[in-house]
Amino acid sequence: MKREYIISVYSENHIGLLTRITIVFTRRKVNIESLTVSESAIHGVYKFTIVIKSTEEQVIKIVGQIEKIIDVLKAFYHTNEEMIYQEIALYKVPTEALYESDTIEKVVRDSGARILEITREYTVIEKTGHKQETQALFEELNKAKVMQFIRSGRVALTRDPIERLSEFLKERDALLESLD
Amino acid sequence: MTKKKITGSQAVILSLLEEGVDTIFGYPGGAIMPIYDALYDHDKNVKHILTRHEQGAVHAAEGYARVTGKAGVCFATSGPGATNLITGIADAMIDSTPLVCITGQVASPLLGTDAFQESDVLGISMPITKWSYQITSPEEIPEAIAQAFYIAQTGRPGPVLLDITKDAQFGELDFEYKKCRKIRSYVPEPPIDPFKVKEAADIIDAAKKPLILFGQGVILSRAEEALKAFVEKTGIPAAWTLLGLSALPTDHPLNVGMLGMHGNYGPNLLTNQADVIIAVGMRFDDRVTGKAGTYATNAKVIHLEIDPSEINKIIKADVAVLGNANKTLKMLTDNVKPNQHEEWVEEFRECYRIEDEKIIHNEVFPEKPGLTMGEVIRIAGDKTNHESILVTDVGQHQMVASRYFKFRHPRSNVTSGGLGTMGFGLPASMGAQLGAPDRTVIAVIGDGGFQMTIQELGTIVQNKLPVKIIILNNNFLGMVRQWQQLFFEKRYSFTELQNPDFIAIGKGFGIAGHKVEAREDLESGIQRMIDHQGPYLLEVVIEKEDNVFPMIPTGASVSDIMLEP
Repeated sequence: MKREYIISVYSENHIGLLTRITIVFTRRKVNIESLTVSESAIHGVYKFTIVIKSTEEQVIKIVGQIEKIIDVLKAFYHTNEEMIYQEIALYKVPTEALYESDTIEKVVRDSGARILEITREYTVIEKTGHKQETQALFEELNKAKVMQFIRSGRVALTRDPIERLSEFLKERDALLESLD
Repeated sequence: MTKKKITGSQAVILSLLEEGVDTIFGYPGGAIMPIYDALYDHDKNVKHILTRHEQGAVHAAEGYARVTGKAGVCFATSGPGATNLITGIADAMIDSTPLVCITGQVASPLLGTDAFQESDVLGISMPITKWSYQITSPEEIPEAIAQAFYIAQTGRPGPVLLDITKDAQFGELDFEYKKCRKIRSYVPEPPIDPFKVKEAADIIDAAKKPLILFGQGVILSRAEEALKAFVEKTGIPAAWTLLGLSALPTDHPLNVGMLGMHGNYGPNLLTNQADVIIAVGMRFDDRVTGKAGTYATNAKVIHLEIDPSEINKIIKADVAVLGNANKTLKMLTDNVKPNQHEEWVEEFRECYRIEDEKIIHNEVFPEKPGLTMGEVIRIAGDKTNHESILVTDVGQHQMVASRYFKFRHPRSNVTSGGLGTMGFGLPASMGAQLGAPDRTVIAVIGDGGFQMTIQELGTIVQNKLPVKIIILNNNFLGMVRQWQQLFFEKRYSFTELQNPDFIAIGKGFGIAGHKVEAREDLESGIQRMIDHQGPYLLEVVIEKEDNVFPMIPTGASVSDIMLEP
């Protein structure tokens, strides 16, 4: 059965690594739903958060192939339920619409969104949440016409009490020492 | 070692020497000229083989790597030079052959400008390299080369590519070389779990009909002796994949033959009767398993493997023993009880008798008029006492040669397995000969594949490589023709060849040779080839429409193996 999985990849910061990782998906004709890359809490270690729709059997193989990439430290996969995750969305609406009625103001308040910038022409609203939440706000705001809209890729944390990566790096150092 | 200021190009050559490189295969061109200039001063320390095409260089490097176990090294220039390596790199990737490929690249300020002979070789090669890196400053060279060799040669080996911009070759650095010992993000050999070994041993001890399947992992980890000891202690019959060939002597009483599409009858048929499969350093290629859903249906599968991503990739393992096969096999041998499986082994012998009667005897001792590939292979094997290195290309001749040549020593079979690269044989035989100068190298090649890299005859002559080349000429792309006959209603779409006079071509290059068309000339012809000093080209005219059997049709189960059409 296909469902959404979040793949977290920890890697060294090397040029071209993103291509090597995406090749694993391309080769199996798996579409990437969302992708976020940035430096992790550990200096020099980068984290990729990749969302795909897949069967568990396939996601296990994909993670195995990603881990095989020389510059990849570790890859994990999780279901949505196993992680806390957010996406951020920005909406640009005409400022006029705020004057004309209090609908937008009410929608912003109710959805826990916030206003980032107001000019004569437009107002930029920010909302973090799951896709269905940012999408619901889009539908609401679009009644007054959304001029521009953008949603980020997903960022996600595990529900584990410990940071698995630092544990992992300690184990890895010990393992490589033992191989000497 | 004290630091000294040298150019990037000199650093490339010195780094290769530090890694013990004695042979480089390559082809110069604009973007790699500084490295070739540095090489000019080191012709005493390292041999450079100028091939006639970059594809020749990379296949030769593969041949060298296969017989030595060391990384094969090749040079090519940017653009077309680099792209001509691609087929060989892909071949090395799928067959786990260690290669260090060094390509020149346009100067770094020109990257991305569509400069003359610029191609994104890093991007092109990414799906088919174990690792790759672009060097744009001279200081990076020693460390990148050290990492390249470490990555290529450790763990599950594979090809790496270093792309070096011309300005990095010209620039200067303080040279100091340190071999790479570890990389934080790379575990070459997963640690062995002794509990898994014990679990595997218990299953093996309880097995009634166990079968060992061994692949190239045995050769790559130099586990040939460990395999033999395991086979002999357990009394379990052992069958080989195409690349596992020569890891266990052919005449070993428990060697029951080849797996897969054109493998032997017994090991294929009985895979589905086995209650335990012990797969050692093999990856359940579809040519081995046939239809995976009906493969080894009665067996518990124990998989000894160095690459964790191979576990459960095709066939689910009941017990996966990760690690270097040489170590895991020894541990497993210590943990199992001595055993014998006489009745079970007898089933393989019975299958062999059936196969011999229906196929093998007629193939290697034919009485019909036309010459068969099998008789050529049998005689070539016998006349070299089964001690030579066999290099094959891809197709019918490859299957026949693998089936009938017979081996006494490991690292004696060089062929393109996973990628099935026609044109591999001739250049790979040059590398094999350079890697094993004291051994006889016999290259068996079809008339189709021979013409794909025929230009390398020039390299063979220039470097006085005494390769013995046998062209099995049936004037057809034989394997494709066989499939057309069996599965496409004999619609021979573009498989018949109008061939040149191969002997005249050989002569043109300066290679002696002759053509055999009749059975009574075959033995003496092969003898003449073997006795000849230097390279020799023997063309044998084969019956045009012979087929390779047994055969498992694509998508069929191993137990559906056909002994005849």
